[in-house]
Amino acid sequence: MKYVDEFRDGTLAAGLARAIAREADSGRDYAFMEFCGGHTHAISRYGVADLLPANVRMIHGPGCPVCVLPIGRVDMAIRLALARPEVILCTYGDCLRVPASDGLSLLKAKARGADVRMVYSAADALALAAREPAREVVFFAIGFETTTPPTALVLRQAAAQGLANFSVICNHVLTPSAISTILESPEVRRLGTVPLDGFIGPAHVSTIIGSQPYAFFAEEYRKPVVIAGFEPLDVMQAIRMLVRQVNEGRAEVENEFARAVVPEGNLKAKTLVAETFELRRSFEWRGLGLVPYSALRIRAAFAPWDAEAKFGLDYHPVPDNRACECGAILRGVRKPTDCKLFGTVCTPETPMGSCMVSSEGACAAHYNYGRFRDVPVRVVDNSAPPNPDQETA
Amino acid sequence: MNTVKPGYVRPLDLRNGRVDLGFGAGGRAMAQLISELFARAFANDYLARGDDGAVLPAPAAGERLVMATDAHVVSPLFFPGGDIGSLSVHGTVNDLAVMGARPLYLAASFILEEGYALAELARIVDSMAAAARAAGVVVVTGDTKVVEQGKGDGVFITTTGVGALPAGRDPGGARARPGDAVLLSGRIGDHGMAIMAQRESLAFDSEIVSDSAALNGLVEALYAAVPAEAVRVLRDPTRGGLATTLNEIATQSGVGMELDEAAIPVSPQVHAACELLGLDPLYVANEGKLVVLCAPEHAEAALAALHAHPLGAEAARIGAATADPQHFVQIRTGFGGRRMVDWLAGEQLPRIC
Repeated sequence: MKYVDEFRDGTLAAGLARAIAREADSGRDYAFMEFCGGHTHAISRYGVADLLPANVRMIHGPGCPVCVLPIGRVDMAIRLALARPEVILCTYGDCLRVPASDGLSLLKAKARGADVRMVYSAADALALAAREPAREVVFFAIGFETTTPPTALVLRQAAAQGLANFSVICNHVLTPSAISTILESPEVRRLGTVPLDGFIGPAHVSTIIGSQPYAFFAEEYRKPVVIAGFEPLDVMQAIRMLVRQVNEGRAEVENEFARAVVPEGNLKAKTLVAETFELRRSFEWRGLGLVPYSALRIRAAFAPWDAEAKFGLDYHPVPDNRACECGAILRGVRKPTDCKLFGTVCTPETPMGSCMVSSEGACAAHYNYGRFRDVPVRVVDNSAPPNPDQETA
Repeated sequence: MNTVKPGYVRPLDLRNGRVDLGFGAGGRAMAQLISELFARAFANDYLARGDDGAVLPAPAAGERLVMATDAHVVSPLFFPGGDIGSLSVHGTVNDLAVMGARPLYLAASFILEEGYALAELARIVDSMAAAARAAGVVVVTGDTKVVEQGKGDGVFITTTGVGALPAGRDPGGARARPGDAVLLSGRIGDHGMAIMAQRESLAFDSEIVSDSAALNGLVEALYAAVPAEAVRVLRDPTRGGLATTLNEIATQSGVGMELDEAAIPVSPQVHAACELLGLDPLYVANEGKLVVLCAPEHAEAALAALHAHPLGAEAARIGAATADPQHFVQIRTGFGGRRMVDWLAGEQLPRIC
C-alpha cells in the first residue's frame, strides 16, 4: 500500500537497527517512553524490540485513550443507557469492551437491552440523531487531542441545526498533563530510581497541538522529546534521534514526523476546541489517579448538548483492584510481568487493570504480542536431526 | 362449460409474494413452498419422494461416514461473491472436506422471517442449488419454519452434511507434529472485508469479493498428490481468521508455530481496508481457504498440487510447526522482528487512534 508500506520496510529497518546499535554507548542503558498507544501498538505489532540493542529499553506510556478511561465514566454511560430506553448510546469500537462495575461493559449492557451502537466517527452519531428524531442519541466521546476536534465539530453542528435529541458525554483528556504527571512522580523526579531518558512524542496528537507544547518538558525536566509517526520505521528513527540527543547531552524537541506535524499545530482545530470546551479542574485517569487540569468539559454555551448536564449524570469513582500495578507500569516503575495479576486473573479476556483493556495498553500489548519472550522457545525441525542449541528467544 | 379444476392450486406468487406464518404451519401453503421452491430448485429423487427423511445408500467398503453441521446467519444476505444460500452450502461442504471426506449429501433447514420477499428467497434457494451442484452434493431433505416479523433476520439457514471418508485418510487438529509445514491456499481476509464493506455504517466503496467457495475439489487434488498420512491437519479458517485456526491447531496438537508474515498472501484491497479500520487480516474471516499441515518431506508436492488447482493458485508455505510447550503461534514480521499471534479476545474491534 503506497505511503504506508514504505514505512514498514524490513531492509531499511535492518539498516536503522545497525545504526542504533553503532551509536548507542555500550557503557550505559537507555530508557525511553513512548507516550502513545499507537506507538506501543507499532512496537509490539512489528517486533521493534527485536531490532534494538539490549541496552535500549522502551517503556510503554499511558497514551491509550481506552486504558486511561476510569471505570466510573463507563459506569455513567451504562447507567444512562440501561435506565432510559429512549437513549441510543454511541461510541468508538474499542470502548465497548472496557470492563465496568458489576461485571458489565457497554457490550454486556447491550446484551441486557441497552441500545449501544458502535460508530466510526462523531459525525455518524450526529447523523443517527437526525435520522431518529424520536430517540435521544448520546455520543460517548473519548480520546486525546486527536479525537477532540471532531467532537467539537458535531457539538457546533448540533447547536447550529437545533438538534435537540443529540448530546455528548465528554471524556476528552490532554496529553501534556499526563506527561507532567509522569515526570512529577516521585520515582522519576526526585529519587531518580526510574531511569527515563526521553520521550517519543505523539504522532496524531501532535498534528493538532503541534510540537511547541513539549518544549517545556525538554527544558524544565531536561528530557529529550522526539515526535514520531506511528509507523515502525518512524519509531526506529525517533529512537536513533533520542540516542543521539542523550549522547550529546541535548534535551530538545525534535520532529521526526515533519510530514504531518508543524510547530504550531492545527490552528483551526485548536480554535474550534477552545471555543467549544474548557478545562476541568481535575479529572481521574485510570492508572494515574486525579490529574489536575487534564481533561475538557463542554462549555456552558453548549449545555443543551452536554449529556452530563442534560441527564443529570453523576460520577462515582471506582478504585482498581489493589494488587493492580497499572499506575506503576504507566510510570515505567514496573513492567507488566512484575504484576502478580498479569496473565493469571488479568488477561485481555478478563482485564482487571487499565493496561490490559486495549491492545494499545502496556500489559495487553505484552500479553498479546510479546509474552513468548518470557519463556525460551525451542524450534525443532523434524526433517533434520534435533539441534539442542537452536533457540529462538 | 365447466371450468372447475378440482386439483388446481394457484401457484406461489414468486414475484410479489411474501413469507407469511402459513408457510411454517404444516398446511397446504407449506407443502406448496416446498414443492414449488425447494423441490424444484434442488430437484432429486430423494426429495421427490416427499417423505420425512432421505434413505441413503451405504458407503463403499472401507469407507467411514463423516457428518458436520453449520448454522448460517449473515448480514447482508447478499454480498459481492455470494449470498447466504451459496455460503450455507460451502460452509458445511468445507467442514466435511477438511475432515478428509468427500461430501455427498446435505440436509437444509430454513428459518424464515414473516414478511420476507419470496422473490429474494427464490434467489437464495437457486443460488444454494447452484452451489450444491457445483460442489457435487445433493440436498436430500429439509425443513422450514417461519418466525414472526422482528424475530429473525430475513433468512437463517442451517445445513447438515454427510460425506464418505476414504480408507487411510485421517486428518485431525491434534495430529500436527513439530517440523510440519504450514500451507495456506491463498489470500486471507476477503470474505470478512467484503461483508464489512457492505455494512451501512461504513462509508467506503470497495471491490473486495468474498472468497466463498467449496474446497472439496482442492482437498481431492491434495490427496491425489501426497500420501494420505502426510496430510496431518486440514482446516478452513472461517470466523476468527487464520490466526484463530492456527491457535486451535497448536493447542489441539500441543505444538507451537513459527510463521513468516511476508509469505502470507493478502490482497492490496484487503490490506488497505484493514489498515483504514485498524483491523488485522490474520483475524478476518475467510470462506474458501484451506490450511494444510503437512509432513515436511511432502510439503513441496502438496504445494504444487494446490497451485495446480484454480482455488490454490496463490497458495503459499507460510511457516512450520515447532516444539513449544506453551503452544504459542509466533510470526517473523516483515519488519524484521517477532511477535505472537494470539487468540482473539472477543470480537475484533476497530482502534480509535
